[in-house]
Formats: sequence, C-alpha cells, structure tokens
Amino acid sequence: MKERDESPIVLIVSRILSPFIMLFGAYVIAHGHYSPGGGFQGGAMLAASVLLVRLAAGSRISELQFKRAWGTPLGIAGVSLFFGVGLAAVLFGGQFLNHEFFHLIPGVTGPMLRSLSILVIEVGVGLAVMGILVSIYDDLLEEDERREDL
Amino acid sequence: MSDIQNLITIVMVTLGTFFMFVGSWGIVRLPDFYSRSHAVSLSDTLGILLILGGLMVYEGFSLNSAKLFIALVFMAHASPTGSHAIARAAFRGGLKPLFTRTENREK
Repeated sequence: MKERDESPIVLIVSRILSPFIMLFGAYVIAHGHYSPGGGFQGGAMLAASVLLVRLAAGSRISELQFKRAWGTPLGIAGVSLFFGVGLAAVLFGGQFLNHEFFHLIPGVTGPMLRSLSILVIEVGVGLAVMGILVSIYDDLLEEDERREDL
Repeated sequence: MSDIQNLITIVMVTLGTFFMFVGSWGIVRLPDFYSRSHAVSLSDTLGILLILGGLMVYEGFSLNSAKLFIALVFMAHASPTGSHAIARAAFRGGLKPLFTRTENREK
C-alpha cells in the first residue's frame, strides 16, 4: 500500500472543525421543522464531519470517532424510527404518517403534537442519511483496499 | 450611530467584493495551477472575512451577529486549509510549477 504523507495542518484543522460541523448538523436537524434545514441536510452535515476526519487522518484514526461497523445499524435505526412514527399513527387508528393520531405522549395535541412527531421523523431521517453516507464511503474504500492487496 | 454602522458596512462589503473579484479574475487570467490557487485562496478568504465582518457591523450586537461570527471563524480556518490541502496534493502528485522565464535564462 502506498505510504501516506500527512499534512499536520490538515490533520489538526479537520480534527478541530469536525465537532463543530457535527454540532451544526444537530442544530439543522433540531430546527428543521420551522426554519430552513431538515433531516436530510443535517444528516449530510453529520456525515461530512465524519468523512472529513476520514479523509484527513485515514480510517484507522477515524475509527476512534465513528466505527466502520456502525454505519448500517445507524441507517437501520433511522429508517425504523421513521417507519415507527408512521406505523404508530396507523396503530392509533389514523393513516400512515398522520401525526394527529400519534398519541404516545399524554396531554399533547394539535400543532404541538404535529411539531414533536415531525421532529422525531427528522431525527430518523438524519440518522439514516448519516449512517448510509458514511457506509457508502467505507464500502468504496474497502473495495479499493481489497484491490490493492491483490 | 446607525449612519456610522452603514458607512463601515458599505466600505467593508465593497472591499470584500473587490477582493473576491480580484480572486476570480486571477483564476481566469493566471497561467498555471499554483498561481491560480495562490490568487483564489488568499483573496477569497480576505473577501469573505470582510463581507461577513461588514454584515456583523450592520447587524449590531445580536444573535444573528454571533452566528455570523461563528461562520467567520469557520471560514477563516476552513478556506486556507482547503487551499493548502489541494496545493499540497498537487505538489505531492508531481505537478511542476510553470517556470518558463527562469528555465530560458538558465539555458
């Protein structure tokens, strides 16, 4: 395998910036239902913060932050959260993803209930996008490494 | 007070757009990769810092101003590092700088 020549500037700056990108991704997800942003954009930012360290420092150091095996389970968890909210509405007697019928939290109804359940959906979408984007990158890199080993 | 704020904002944003224009001009006019990267990294960083600083002055002391400050700090770190990484990758990849004048002189 070719020897990596790492630039300390890129390494340090990407390691410092990565948590802040992650924080902004969480902000975009959390405010997605009443301001610009949303689950997909925030999830892409979360994935970008992981992939930045992966590109700058290599997979070995980046595994300390986000393990290669976590990508697919995180995607499955996000999709399950999305469909869980949708199917919970069906369970309570409404249509799929009809938030009016999502009565898991007692005493919360109307616009507040819709806002909360769309927030849960945004979090699910964000987790799914983050997990799948990181695992796409890892799969491509794994293919590359296998070809270099041959 | 507001007039002074407006004046500072106008001056800073105009300077910032000027520097970004110079950077774009450099990427069109300059001959090889390294000089283009030099032009666009320095002047674009300064331009975006001036524009964001001017908008901070316009906004005053508020939450939006704090968000702009965070964006300013982020740009101040990310933009030079990106240019450094690209130029370093080009250099390590074996791209030679353009030195026609000095080569002719040595011959």
